Amino acid sequence: MIKKHRLPLYIGLTFVSIAFIMMLISLFYTPYDPNAIDPTNRLASPSLTHLFGTDNFGRDIFSRVMEGAKTAFLIGTVAASIGLFLGFLLGASAGYFGGWIDELTMRFIDAMLAFPGILLAIMLIAVFEPGMKNTVIALGIMSIPAFARIIRSSFIQYKSYDFVKASIAKGGGAIHIMIKHILPNAVSPILVAASLSFSGSILAESGLSYLGLGVQPPDPSWGRMLKEAQPYITSAPWYVIIVGMVITILVLGFNLLSDGLRDVHDKKA
Amino acid sequence: MKKVGGKAFLLLFFVSVLLVACSDKGANEAGEQAAKANENEEKMGGTIRVAMSTEVDNLDPYQSAATDTMSIMDNVYDGLLDTNETGELIPAIAESYDISENGLVYTFKLKENVTFHDGTPLTAEDVKYSYEKLAGLSGEEPISSQYEVIEKIETPSDFEVVITLKEKNSAFLAATIRPILPVDYDNHSEKPIGAGPFKFAEYKVGQELRLVKNEDYYNEKKIPNLDEVLFKIMPDSESAILAMQSGEIDVIPGISSQGKEQLGDTIETISAPQNMVQLMALNNQVEPLNDIHVRKAINLAIDKDMIIDIVAEGDGVKLGSNFSPSMQLYYQEGLEDMYQTNINEAKKLLAEAGYPDGFDLELTVPSDYPFHVDTAQVITEQLAQVGIQVEIKLMEFSTWLEKVYNEAQYESTIIGFTGKLDPYEILRRYVSDYDNNFVQYENKAYDKLIHDALLATDEAEMANIYKQAQTMLAEEAASVFIMDPYRTVAMKKGLQGWKMYPIQKFNLEDLYYTQ
Repeated sequence: MIKKHRLPLYIGLTFVSIAFIMMLISLFYTPYDPNAIDPTNRLASPSLTHLFGTDNFGRDIFSRVMEGAKTAFLIGTVAASIGLFLGFLLGASAGYFGGWIDELTMRFIDAMLAFPGILLAIMLIAVFEPGMKNTVIALGIMSIPAFARIIRSSFIQYKSYDFVKASIAKGGGAIHIMIKHILPNAVSPILVAASLSFSGSILAESGLSYLGLGVQPPDPSWGRMLKEAQPYITSAPWYVIIVGMVITILVLGFNLLSDGLRDVHDKKA
Repeated sequence: MKKVGGKAFLLLFFVSVLLVACSDKGANEAGEQAAKANENEEKMGGTIRVAMSTEVDNLDPYQSAATDTMSIMDNVYDGLLDTNETGELIPAIAESYDISENGLVYTFKLKENVTFHDGTPLTAEDVKYSYEKLAGLSGEEPISSQYEVIEKIETPSDFEVVITLKEKNSAFLAATIRPILPVDYDNHSEKPIGAGPFKFAEYKVGQELRLVKNEDYYNEKKIPNLDEVLFKIMPDSESAILAMQSGEIDVIPGISSQGKEQLGDTIETISAPQNMVQLMALNNQVEPLNDIHVRKAINLAIDKDMIIDIVAEGDGVKLGSNFSPSMQLYYQEGLEDMYQTNINEAKKLLAEAGYPDGFDLELTVPSDYPFHVDTAQVITEQLAQVGIQVEIKLMEFSTWLEKVYNEAQYESTIIGFTGKLDPYEILRRYVSDYDNNFVQYENKAYDKLIHDALLATDEAEMANIYKQAQTMLAEEAASVFIMDPYRTVAMKKGLQGWKMYPIQKFNLEDLYYTQ
């Protein structure tokens, strides 16, 4: 019997696994070359030869969705890592040391939060130039505040615990305590934040690519595909529906996963 | 099947109506016939709403740089001459003109019944004032470089203007389509006053611009049918299409092939070449594009027909040089097939140039134009066949203007050159000392040809020179000249009279409703 409160976790895991396996397979094999143009076979509806149909260039949508999964995972992972790393530095020092360091860091985070994330990313990309690298950096920076706040609150919570006081009494250094004693206890909330940030980044990348600022053509990205599908919304509705569904599945998967992780964590606590 | 069902139902409906109203049969038939006769008849009056995709930049015709704004305001202002559908110059405010033997003195006779919208008559003084402003003779910076050749302007009588040029310039005449403004009136940015078929009524920034019919238009045959024209600003093409579907607007002056398909036969469309040149510009000064073999190889590898089919849904004319067939008189035929797609030949040329395995090429594309971005994707695939690895770099249009158009900091790019009325303005882009020759094409023989064209007085000679220039650009593979994509105008059913010109022009005065 599956425990009821674990249901979102399992559904989330399934969705994410499907996308992940698709991405893994795309590393070795796609049914067609995702960028190969076939003018005789444009906007073909889904069939056995083209599982998801073809786009306006006659490219196989299924292959492009697989290839796009690579982009999505790459961007999600790197952006979440950047956010986690910098967010940890800021959040941990703010939470542990408190005082003016806390005040300064948190006001900086507040200032970052004052900009809607996507706007911040658009600004960064406008200053530098559009492309995969800058998109990832922008999205990473965008996710710093969420990480910093969660990590800070865990650190504030744990620093008054006896095991921390004991370590201080034994003469343990600040960095030693932060990494050895507090961090292992804060892993659960960080995981929750990471999976949320992952889905947020994928969604934001889709949004940026939709605006033409993210991944550059002809490399497939789900957001780009959505943009390219838009003019054909009436003549080839499956194109936009399929791409939209794929994005939804992965984002929903990560959100459920993070919900599930939090429930498991709460139950344990 | 569905359609047949619908028709059958309609038929049934009519039959039942007929049966019920048997006694009215005769009257009904007469009514139907009358309706038929009316179908193609021009009706007076009415309002149209036109969707515009760009914001109005400045109502003052001498300050405005946006093509769309100029096309709107062209209905408010008239020039000495105007253009017809084939690009020939026809009289507007000027009744006739005369060019002296030596090609330096232009004498314009003005129509005597022309008045501005505020009621003051248009005289030679207004022309002098306007042209001195354009040419920078009134002490300010010249507004138009085409007018810099003017030496002096004289007004021997109220309706006669004599313009003397510094040197012979066959391109000057086409410049006289620029608006004539009333003397010493300086508030065009807020309240434009011209002599055109429509009067400016109102402009709400970012929303709409309203023009009303000019009852006192000097050309009686061209007094508008429509009472009012409302331009609505709709930057998003998708929402313009939806607005068209729901009947909120009546005209979209430029609609994509996808949009056309989406609207189906609920609308009338008119398509024609728009005198545009869509090209993949190759920077002739950058390695390895400075080698003619490489440029020829690229031309041989790109299948223009495929681009037209995929990107323009077949709605485009294949080009062979920087010139569109919509300017018939000057167009050199046959160049479009100079480079028949041939992968092997292209590879051979690349090998000769020292690139047997191809090379990496950066292709900069303005991201605001999905049409060019799509073209870039097709070209990327086509060039991959000969080993040229294209990397597409999207750039916002304003950055593109700065980096590519002004500074020529690029390897290759895709853009559309909008049509000009004068072949000189079109072909001058490749003259080596032209400011925005961003293709960086340099050829003394070409420079001389274009210069000679200015000195030509007879039309046939001029056409001959421009044709040679087009051939030269094609033979030297200056760039890849792709197509002139059709402009498609979508109109509500029952609205007629729209014409296509070699420049973007909205001939609102010719529009009329038939129902």
